[in-house]
Amino acid sequence: MKSYLRYLPHTEEDIQEMLKAIGLGSIEDLFKNIPQDHRLSKPLDLPGPLSEPDLLAHMEGLQGSLGSSFLGGGAYHHFIPAVIQHLTSRSEFYTAYTPYQPEISQGTLQAIFEYQTLMCQLTGMEVSNASMYDGATSLAEAILMAHRITGRKKVLLSQTIHPEYRKVVETYIDPEEQEIVLIPYLKTDGRTDESALIQSLDHQVSAIVVQNPNFFGVVEDLQPFSEKIHQVGGMFIVGFSEAIAYGILRPPGAFGADIVAGEGQSFGIPLSFGGPYLGIFTTREKFIRNMPGRLVGETVDLEGKRGFVLTLATREQHIRREKATSNICTNEGLCALMATIYLSLLGKKGLKELALMNLSKAEYAKKIISRMNGCNITFSAPTFNEFVLEIDGDPGKILERLKTEGILGGLALSKFYPEMKQHLLITVTEMNTRQEIERWADVLAKSIG
Amino acid sequence: MIIGKIKDNGLIQDEPLIFEQGGEGRRGYSLPQWDVEEVEAQQTIPPHLLKEELEGFPQMSEVDVVRHFTRLSQWNFGVDSGFYPLGSCTMKYNPKLNEEIARMKGFTSIHPYQPEESVQGILKLMYELQSFLAEITGMDQVTLQPAAGAHGELTGLMMIRAALKARGQKRRKVLVPDTAHGTNCSTSTVTSFQMIEIKSNEKGIISPDQVARLMDEDIAAIMVTNPNTLGLFEEHLAEIAQIVHQKGGFVYCDGANLNALMGIVKLGSLGVDMVHLNLHKTFSTPHGGGGPGSGPLAVKKELAPFLPIPIIVKEGETYRFSENHPLSIGKIKAFYGNFGVTLKAYAYILSMGAEGLKRASEMAVLNANYLMNRLKQYYYLPYDRPCMHECVFTDRYQEKHHVTTLDIAKRLIDYGFHPPTIYFPLVVKGALMMEPTETESKEGLNRFIETMIHIAKEAQENPDFLRQAPQRVKVRRLDEVLAARKPKLRWTGKNPNNQIPSSQ
Repeated sequence: MKSYLRYLPHTEEDIQEMLKAIGLGSIEDLFKNIPQDHRLSKPLDLPGPLSEPDLLAHMEGLQGSLGSSFLGGGAYHHFIPAVIQHLTSRSEFYTAYTPYQPEISQGTLQAIFEYQTLMCQLTGMEVSNASMYDGATSLAEAILMAHRITGRKKVLLSQTIHPEYRKVVETYIDPEEQEIVLIPYLKTDGRTDESALIQSLDHQVSAIVVQNPNFFGVVEDLQPFSEKIHQVGGMFIVGFSEAIAYGILRPPGAFGADIVAGEGQSFGIPLSFGGPYLGIFTTREKFIRNMPGRLVGETVDLEGKRGFVLTLATREQHIRREKATSNICTNEGLCALMATIYLSLLGKKGLKELALMNLSKAEYAKKIISRMNGCNITFSAPTFNEFVLEIDGDPGKILERLKTEGILGGLALSKFYPEMKQHLLITVTEMNTRQEIERWADVLAKSIG
Repeated sequence: MIIGKIKDNGLIQDEPLIFEQGGEGRRGYSLPQWDVEEVEAQQTIPPHLLKEELEGFPQMSEVDVVRHFTRLSQWNFGVDSGFYPLGSCTMKYNPKLNEEIARMKGFTSIHPYQPEESVQGILKLMYELQSFLAEITGMDQVTLQPAAGAHGELTGLMMIRAALKARGQKRRKVLVPDTAHGTNCSTSTVTSFQMIEIKSNEKGIISPDQVARLMDEDIAAIMVTNPNTLGLFEEHLAEIAQIVHQKGGFVYCDGANLNALMGIVKLGSLGVDMVHLNLHKTFSTPHGGGGPGSGPLAVKKELAPFLPIPIIVKEGETYRFSENHPLSIGKIKAFYGNFGVTLKAYAYILSMGAEGLKRASEMAVLNANYLMNRLKQYYYLPYDRPCMHECVFTDRYQEKHHVTTLDIAKRLIDYGFHPPTIYFPLVVKGALMMEPTETESKEGLNRFIETMIHIAKEAQENPDFLRQAPQRVKVRRLDEVLAARKPKLRWTGKNPNNQIPSSQ
């Protein structure tokens, strides 16, 4: 039996009848518009076909395992309530296309409207789109949008922004036409260096971009940046990679941010080796017509009943073609749904408690590790659930030792910050038990000593 | 009907927004045990950087949340609900096994910064998928990083820009046919190219003469969709590619419609230099109501040095990421693409094998031609020639009854079908673009065909009825003008347009 036929319903009889209805003699005749010499003369060289049980066995063998992990840096291990998988497994959600036909897509549309509202509430902003690919591309699109609005071509990028996000920004920005100025961080507290930033600030600057919490886990004070950039008529863009922090942190909107662009993976989306994740993008009402991505709006039907539609599509590629604000089409819809369900479950109190638990666990880890010889918390500024640890010794060897004990003990920072030769980024979430934290600290201390 | 404040809507109930339900103190979550001392935020973070509470956030129990989203899902139509002939979107069946596989803990719980030796199986999977896609397209190297088709296009044009720069050239224009997807046009603009439109000819395809007239040394690339959005094979692509190459340009192929060609034609052999694939179309990964997708880009070896980093390399039996590629355009996504999507495409290709993929393309083309032939006496077919994976009708025969494409599409909803793509491609006035895909059976197609014929009859006899469609849905036709004129893009607690639903 040909196992692939489970997805293909045509019987030989069907095929013959259908060919007859078309007036053709064979399947090959269907392709007679393709010049003969363009057609393949031999089969593709591919493995398979595999039956369901054989494929399952094959895939099981390819899996990896996480173990005890203190890795973060833009991808976080948080608990995912069972409800999320159950609800997003409803095929009415996951086998639908983009909701172009609103009458039979009200489920997707209402959920996106709820998502947009939650993102506005979370970030303190007025408008959210329906999602971008991830935090990095969202940030890059935010900068392009600021350039469109201000007509300026220079952006000041804090060095404490996730290094991979900065690399994506560098790719998106055409180096011949636009300029990126990197703003260093203060070696003492790990925050963006305000005075260095002021030195680079002039009326050519389109936007300042700061991440909060920053890549070192440090909580930035956004107020001065917001004031300074607005004085020169530029825009203030705030990025983030750990969205849980906004369970307790004052939202960027309250500091006067013009665009907030971050990563929503922490909201119920699995790590999945780096994707699919969720690009969050929010802004001010006055910038709606310049923003990228899909928008869902509330309206009424013929009978005056509330309903939701895709709206303001005149910014988008399928209507405006070469005049669109972005080329984005397919986004991360199902991930946005996961985030919506996640935040509905956690709600007002839950997100705050979860944020406090993350903070508390990270503080506990800081407390016990700072008592140990050869370990030093690098930065003095407050942190959320990540912090930088400086160790006496080779981080590579120490991480290797931790790994033999089944612990992914942190992220070596030298790859991203060459000056940080002995530094690790440590992430502690609600998933790390006290016992696990103590064991990590213990093995770490032993590997140093 | 409304009885007092209670509506008897059967299964089509109203459902308030999450912000309009729940109650103070309700919760739908549980935290792990507190096993460390609780730190108050103010103990470590200055108060002016903290917030009091999440204004407006819902408070719901788990049951509230489950009922809410279950109800929402019931207002949706997916491939599993029924026939979904949305042209250019390839709404084929999404195998359930692949969903199961994507949820295996050994894939979902993997951190992108884990040591490479702990993810060898995953890297092997990605490496093999790249080679499968290279084989299917006839290209040399593949990146899995683009998150969607449009992201693949962006990556491709950036690579072309970089390749030209490496040659010491700066070209400013890109040729795009009038049948192209909107993303091709906007991608050109986003990458600072000026788009020059090529008119398709009377056969619905682009002619080499046209390209030769437009082609000069300021043109970086031509972007061709093959088969194109009229469902027609670009017969002259090989010749066009030669013309473009002679002037030093590149041939970019939008592979959104590859479902017609697997095992039939290798695009690489037609002179295509790069092609992006939509795994969420051709390779059966679900669309998720608008994503996540995946748009791998396959390129010829001359362009490989410009691929985004990291590149997966195989050394002996070991796989690793490599970042040291000085000519690379850089990174295009924080990590390595939508792995959770790509692994479903990998599983699909293994399920099908070479023979199964070819059969899928054959059946997709058979279905489209069957549909086209059986409907063409009832609906105007602007390009009456054999089609590939999709066909495009218009509302010309219905015009005299003042029935439009929109009316026909909406009426299909009443009969339990998802409408085709409408008013696209733009070169056809009132387009109805139908892509049945290979997973629809003959009986399924016949039901749709009979319904379309019936609607054509209704258009003659009772056109007003069509203009009122759809009737048997959660909401009737929506006021899209109001939505755009007075944008209401989030819930604010105020409800100027309507009252809170009566279920409150």
